[in-house]
Amino acid sequence: MRSPSTIEPREAPSADSGPPSLHQEPTLPRLLAGIPAQGAMHLHEHLAIHGELPSSPRRRRGPSPLIEQIGRAGLRGRGGAGFPTATKMRAVESAKGRPIVLANAAEGEPASLKDLTLIHSLPHLVLDGGVLAAQAVGADEVILCVCESLEAHVLDGLARAIEERRAMRSERGADRLPRLRLMTVPQHYVAGQESALVNHLNGGPAMPTFTPPLPFERGVARRPTLINNAETLAHIALIARHGAQWFRQLGVAAQPGSTLVTLSGPVAAPGVYEIEYGASLSSLIDAAGGATGRVLGALLGGYAGSWIGAEHMHGVVLSDEHLAPLGTSLGAGVVLLLSDEACPVAETARVARWLAGQSTGQCGPCVNGLAALADTVEEVAGGVAQDEATRRIAALAALVRRRGACAHPDGAVNFILSSIATFAPEFSDHARHGPCDACARTGELPLPVPPPRPTSRPTPAGLR
Amino acid sequence: MSHRVRVNPITCEAHGMCAELLPEHITLDMWGYPIVDGRPLPPALLDHARRAAQACPTFALLVEREPKPRG
Repeated sequence: MRSPSTIEPREAPSADSGPPSLHQEPTLPRLLAGIPAQGAMHLHEHLAIHGELPSSPRRRRGPSPLIEQIGRAGLRGRGGAGFPTATKMRAVESAKGRPIVLANAAEGEPASLKDLTLIHSLPHLVLDGGVLAAQAVGADEVILCVCESLEAHVLDGLARAIEERRAMRSERGADRLPRLRLMTVPQHYVAGQESALVNHLNGGPAMPTFTPPLPFERGVARRPTLINNAETLAHIALIARHGAQWFRQLGVAAQPGSTLVTLSGPVAAPGVYEIEYGASLSSLIDAAGGATGRVLGALLGGYAGSWIGAEHMHGVVLSDEHLAPLGTSLGAGVVLLLSDEACPVAETARVARWLAGQSTGQCGPCVNGLAALADTVEEVAGGVAQDEATRRIAALAALVRRRGACAHPDGAVNFILSSIATFAPEFSDHARHGPCDACARTGELPLPVPPPRPTSRPTPAGLR
Repeated sequence: MSHRVRVNPITCEAHGMCAELLPEHITLDMWGYPIVDGRPLPPALLDHARRAAQACPTFALLVEREPKPRG
């Protein structure tokens, strides 16, 4: 395996840090090449680094060449589910009606900052991808979906980026390009879920809906809707320029390419890093300046993910084929280290309560089950649980799993069960003796402050 | 052609009629929400399943055709 390399996004780039051509040794960064230390990269700088935007015309007959290229590249969605992007695009392309494209940068995962990094610093990479995807599936509109809690300067930067593209287009009298729009969605854990986005854009609450129909069949305004994560689109922007073979020069065969990872916890420089799939966990930590203290474990995939205990972290490789046997995955690229200053039991109780509060309240098993799970974990953490608490948690988990309209209850159960399995001695110690000294210092795992509540604001107010 | 029942968890309000009318495939959890066993419906129970679906006050019980046999 190639030695993995990572980069620190906020570092000033060298002048020649553009993506490599086929003839060069594959290097990183790709997406984060030339990332500005402050503010957003302007369109002319973006084009100077990555080259002009190729067009991705649709053929009269047969599949779009770009979709074929994305298929050969083996690109998988970077929003967490890892679905093959070309398969999704083909489904939208062949559905009945004029499609629409949603660029999903809602990023509800509190420990993830990668989509924010892209839309804040490299908006044209995401917009390029949106335009290319729209052309490939025959859509006339791209809606960039971002969280309403974004700071004003990020929203202004995005509006400016869209304006820059409009100006260049009218200056060059370019061919018809899809319309770009910006849309805000409520700050809520599941607001970025595909059916919740569609529901919100159709004037309903930003909550998941019962499927089918899936968005590719009938989505926004009943049109076939392609929903891609912001990072997925950024990769499309580079695949269209450099090709499938170039993309596959990094990563592993089952998971080609590079990916953005948000690393947080006790490291010298937490932040967003670009790694290739197959890089080791320790190389990622080294790239962030190393751990600044003892680490109890690594949570992969955020609050729908699973832990790797410290004793198993050595030799861990960041690719799904390696992580699956360990019962975890990178999800949307979240790696969260827990320091030995924190109490894993108290942290789990805190996050479990937050996850219960993030239920939209639509599905009975999720509302009741996650609340009961949070209660029981809190009782264990406080040392007031009854003897059968562990069995009760297992029974509740079984009652919650696969019984919601979306994957939120399943993800929350994953996180809670994995915490209990990974930190079993700590949990049984708390159950017997109550809170430990570290319990008072709870608050290391990041949660949005103040905790947002589910909102059901109708969509027009979210339009900008 | 085999059929299965499915619950729309969003519209379900735990009235529990389905478990009364189709106890062979539906039980209730501790909060009164239906747990569907997921097995295909035997032809003899198809009418009972349809009656259970019609009896649901929120139309949250669906009797669905299998799209394709699992291969």
